[in-house]
Amino acid sequence: MGQTLLQKVWDRHAVRVLPTGQTQLFVGLHLVHEVTSPQAFDTLRARGWTVQFPERTFATVDHIVPTIGRRRPFLDVMAEDMIAALERNCRDFGVPLWNLGDARQGIVHVIGPELGLTQPGLTIACGDSHTSTHGAFGAIAFGIGTSQVRDVLATQCLAIEPLKVRRIAVRGRLPAGVYAKDVILSIIRRLGVRGGVGYAYEYAGDTVERMSMDERMTVCNMSIEGGARVGYVNPDDTTFRYLAGRPLAPAGEAFDRATAWWRSLASDPDAGYDDEVELQAEDLTPVVTWGTNPGQAVGVGERVPAPDDVPDGERRGVADALDYMGLKPGTAISGTRIDVAFIGSCTNARLSDLREAARVVKGRRVAGHVKALVVPGSAGVRAAAEREGLDEIFRTAGFDWREAGCSMCLGMNPDKLEGRQVCASSSNRNFKGRQGSPTGRTLLMSPAMVAAAAVSGEVVDVRELIG
Amino acid sequence: MAGAARISTLSGRGIPLRGEDIDTDRIIPARYLRAITFEGIDAHLFEDDRAAAAGGGRPHPIDDPRFAGGSILVVNRNFGCGSSREHAPQAIHRRGIHAIVGESFSDIFFGNAAVIGLPCVSAPKAGIEQLMAAIEATPGTAVRVDLEQLRCDWDGGHLSLQIPAAVRDAFLTGAWDTTGMLLDRYDEVRGVAARLPYVAGFR
Ligand code: SF4
Repeated sequence: MGQTLLQKVWDRHAVRVLPTGQTQLFVGLHLVHEVTSPQAFDTLRARGWTVQFPERTFATVDHIVPTIGRRRPFLDVMAEDMIAALERNCRDFGVPLWNLGDARQGIVHVIGPELGLTQPGLTIACGDSHTSTHGAFGAIAFGIGTSQVRDVLATQCLAIEPLKVRRIAVRGRLPAGVYAKDVILSIIRRLGVRGGVGYAYEYAGDTVERMSMDERMTVCNMSIEGGARVGYVNPDDTTFRYLAGRPLAPAGEAFDRATAWWRSLASDPDAGYDDEVELQAEDLTPVVTWGTNPGQAVGVGERVPAPDDVPDGERRGVADALDYMGLKPGTAISGTRIDVAFIGSCTNARLSDLREAARVVKGRRVAGHVKALVVPGSAGVRAAAEREGLDEIFRTAGFDWREAGCSMCLGMNPDKLEGRQVCASSSNRNFKGRQGSPTGRTLLMSPAMVAAAAVSGEVVDVRELIG
Repeated sequence: MAGAARISTLSGRGIPLRGEDIDTDRIIPARYLRAITFEGIDAHLFEDDRAAAAGGGRPHPIDDPRFAGGSILVVNRNFGCGSSREHAPQAIHRRGIHAIVGESFSDIFFGNAAVIGLPCVSAPKAGIEQLMAAIEATPGTAVRVDLEQLRCDWDGGHLSLQIPAAVRDAFLTGAWDTTGMLLDRYDEVRGVAARLPYVAGFR
């Protein structure tokens, strides 16, 4: 029987079986940001350890940075302290840092791929659960906690338990107005937010094969929302074409040698899987979440559930979520009034996302009661969008056009919901309080759907606007 | 090997915390990720849930005087899902919780808790329900989690516990502080790196 990509990459990076029975896995690329690293660097200092592979470690700032008014020192003293700590740590330990003002700054999961650092066959670690994004390239990418950040800094290794693999095949053509975001939201809706615990998700099938790298990243990004720590797509010509010419990807003959190696790592046709699932792309519609976890979602034409419609075990969760969201059981999700529209995050703030949103916005105006903002995923995306004039389209329609960062995805910077505001968001989490207000409410959807909601003032089916 | 303490038996009063899919944003809201140390983070444990519960007139289990001084947290399914923030287990641990007994845990939370010496052990739904009910009926009930025997005992009941063997061994041998273990025999790491074509830039 053949092997999956996960097994091949795992075997090539396994150092040994530890006395605890875990595998010691070498980490090919470690991405660092300001929030989950300071305590780890402090431990290194306290114990006299160095960063073992500073040349395989890269840092940027994204989570806490303001998206306007970036003059230093920041008005926010804690943010200033946090950035200053990262600057000091990178300097002391020899780690390259793409800081504010650098053309390479951005959300860690956007810049890794954009710069060509993220490559097939790598093991990647980052102190952020959406590290699964990098799996789009056929890398095995783990979100880790601060103690493991310390481990990777000090040893370039992780102590980790093996994963099972579930193959999720999506087949057929996606209808117009249905995007990669709708695919992954549909997968999570079907398999649940716990369905992936203990698994890596391998996304396959002709729908995924036809997807661009941006789209594959959106899908892999939200693996963790389905409980799967790792999600990946087998590398193919789309992957190699994306990487060719990127600043930190191999070049010339090295690129050809790399391609041969990358190709050899794809799952074998006769690989065995622990589980297999299939979805039909034609059946999918734009999806909107109505609850407080990403699995609580419906098609835009559907109604939110009523507690009586669901099995006993879920009743209380559904009732709680509806109550928090202020939604009446059994009402249509479309027509839900919004206060804020946020286009951003590592899920959906790449150039193609902004293009799709701009296509909806062009020639329209943001509804009077809606505050709308676009936060590009990286300085690179921002510059590219400006070269195409997307910023003008958004500004003319009444959107704020901001600098790159995580922003309102988690509200650690000044971009936060206020009170019980409802936000149509292209991000990945609709948890209670996620967007910075303890009582704020989030409706997750594709960037095009957010754009449609922004100009309509309420949740609408984007297909009606793009005809 | 790292010289961390061995962890085998943990006893204390129980705190039943009902609810499925309690995510790390609820355990520690993102606004408390802004400090550069974990110091004092325990003050904000479950802050928004606690405020909401207090507003609703029923204290959150963490604030409930009946469970004051508890050190064994009892939870339901998929505890700690969502963000990878280690601040979540840190806040719980620093609050004086020594072990979590629950139906299941998210992978990342489980791992984050393990490397700071906070065991998360699982038991089937029915057993967890019994344990929660026992604590609620008799607050102050002493709960004992024995990693050696994989048993949880309290006055009037007991449960068989599950935890991956590797993690259990790590606690029992004091090897849960992983860094030292990973630095051991480091030449093998260099060997693996040298065989990976990308490390040398595919030259
Ligand atoms: S954009 Fe959101 S999900 Fe992505 S890294 Fe930033 S905070 Fe995490």
